[in-house]
Amino acid sequence: MTSTAIALHQVNKIYANGTVALQGVDLAVRQGEFVSLVGPSGCGKSTVLKLMAGLAAPSNGYLESPGVAGDRDLAYVFQDAALMPWATVLDNVHLPLKLKGQSLRASRSRIQAALNLVALQGFEQSYPRELSGGMKMRVSIARALVTQPHVLLMDEPFGALDEMSRGRLNSDLLRLWEQYHWTVVFVTHNIYEAVYLSNRVVVMGAQPGHILAEVPIDVPYPRDEDFRTSPQFNQYCRDIAHLLAGGEPLAPSSLSTAAPGLS
Amino acid sequence: MLQESPLPSVTAPSSKTVSPKPSRLVWLWSAIARPEVIAPLIVGLLALLLWEGAVRLFAVPPYLLPGPLLVFQTLIAEWPELFPSLLITLQITVVAFLAATVSGVLIAVLFAQSKWIERSLFPYAVILQTTPIVAIAPLIIIWLQNSTFAALVVCAWIVALFPIIANTTLGLNSADRNLQDLFRLYGASRWQTLWHLRLPSALPYFLGGLRISGGLALIGAVVAEFVAGTGGARSGIAYQILMSSYKLQIPRMFAALAMTTVLGVLIFVSLTWLSDRLLRHWHESALRQEN
Repeated sequence: MTSTAIALHQVNKIYANGTVALQGVDLAVRQGEFVSLVGPSGCGKSTVLKLMAGLAAPSNGYLESPGVAGDRDLAYVFQDAALMPWATVLDNVHLPLKLKGQSLRASRSRIQAALNLVALQGFEQSYPRELSGGMKMRVSIARALVTQPHVLLMDEPFGALDEMSRGRLNSDLLRLWEQYHWTVVFVTHNIYEAVYLSNRVVVMGAQPGHILAEVPIDVPYPRDEDFRTSPQFNQYCRDIAHLLAGGEPLAPSSLSTAAPGLS
Repeated sequence: MLQESPLPSVTAPSSKTVSPKPSRLVWLWSAIARPEVIAPLIVGLLALLLWEGAVRLFAVPPYLLPGPLLVFQTLIAEWPELFPSLLITLQITVVAFLAATVSGVLIAVLFAQSKWIERSLFPYAVILQTTPIVAIAPLIIIWLQNSTFAALVVCAWIVALFPIIANTTLGLNSADRNLQDLFRLYGASRWQTLWHLRLPSALPYFLGGLRISGGLALIGAVVAEFVAGTGGARSGIAYQILMSSYKLQIPRMFAALAMTTVLGVLIFVSLTWLSDRLLRHWHESALRQEN
């Protein structure tokens, strides 16, 4: 549980047009940890995920990912579900295995298991346009889980959903995480979501994108609905909002500012 | 690793209630008795009535403007001669259209392989499109003097090709960014990305190009026939239009013209039907309004 899954070391990311997306980012994610990145738009939190996924390369600094065994051990969930509209739910979930050369017949049981995890059994033959936003997101998560990855990178997965669907998917995701102990890096602009889900919340600032502070959420799992309404929860949210607004850490006892070479 | 569902199950969609299959006649009626079919029909009928009435009222001689009734009578009378000509034109159109579809898609796929190929070659596709076919048709007919049919097909093909290239290229380059990232993440090969992502993404664009090209292939065939002015055994509908106008058989000319127009509409309608069928599960353009 304590060994590093993915780490960025002094990473800068400068785009071709000269935009500095990230500057001096140090971030280590431990195996089995649930880490959220929060920050305003343009703070480079999605860029961090792209780097971790290998979809982009750092301009300076380096990245290590001892916790990722091969390109199917890592899964990526996009904000808009990114389903193929021409394919059924079954074919969409089959995609990662199909690209590996596994036929639908051979993959059937794994697809079914993944669909069961997100409670979508019975929708195999539906097309994405027939599903609600929340259900599309479930398909997207099933597609990520079908390769049985250990690392899950989620880029504002519930950002486009209504509050009720978001709440339900949050609880579902947390339950699955407790069961399977994935390493999760979760990008969001929703502070409440970040506090509810995470072991640790990484607060980022913009122009250029950098880490402002890291806030460990020292609350044991399973976290129930009571946690969401507790004073402790509110305190965490207030602290993070304060940091995002450009303030200094309020209570050193509950917060630790970003320091190079974290655990 | 993946076991039982820890989540509450969502209810599956209830199997659609099977309505009793209506007879063909009822189906045909329900297809016609819709405002979007009835309205243009009424407009058309009114226009024809007005035309017929005006021709009679002002006693316009038929060699200037025949009434629709006379055109219709001529059409029936001349059918044995006109219809085979229409079939020849249809043949040219279909062969040229199929050639344009296959070559257009292949060229678009080639363009999609690299930005540089596209940048270097696309201007020439535009030049092909903007060259007036009337100007180069005589040359093509001279080059292919052994086969007038082939020459006419080449002319129609040139006219029909561009919309397919342009639309399919646009479609191949319009694949969803996130899906492209996903394919990259799972180590998809170039071929897999083309086959499973870019070609399906291009389908709606391609079908749009197809609908334009179908009509253009017919126009190309007719224009080329006009230029060729071909006599001989294989004379298409344009030849009939041309000869009728030379001989001042204006009602016959109108009849041949009407047949060409109807053929064009039929091509468009069948391509629209094909497009709706292929896209009905997923694309906005093929969705019925639900309310």
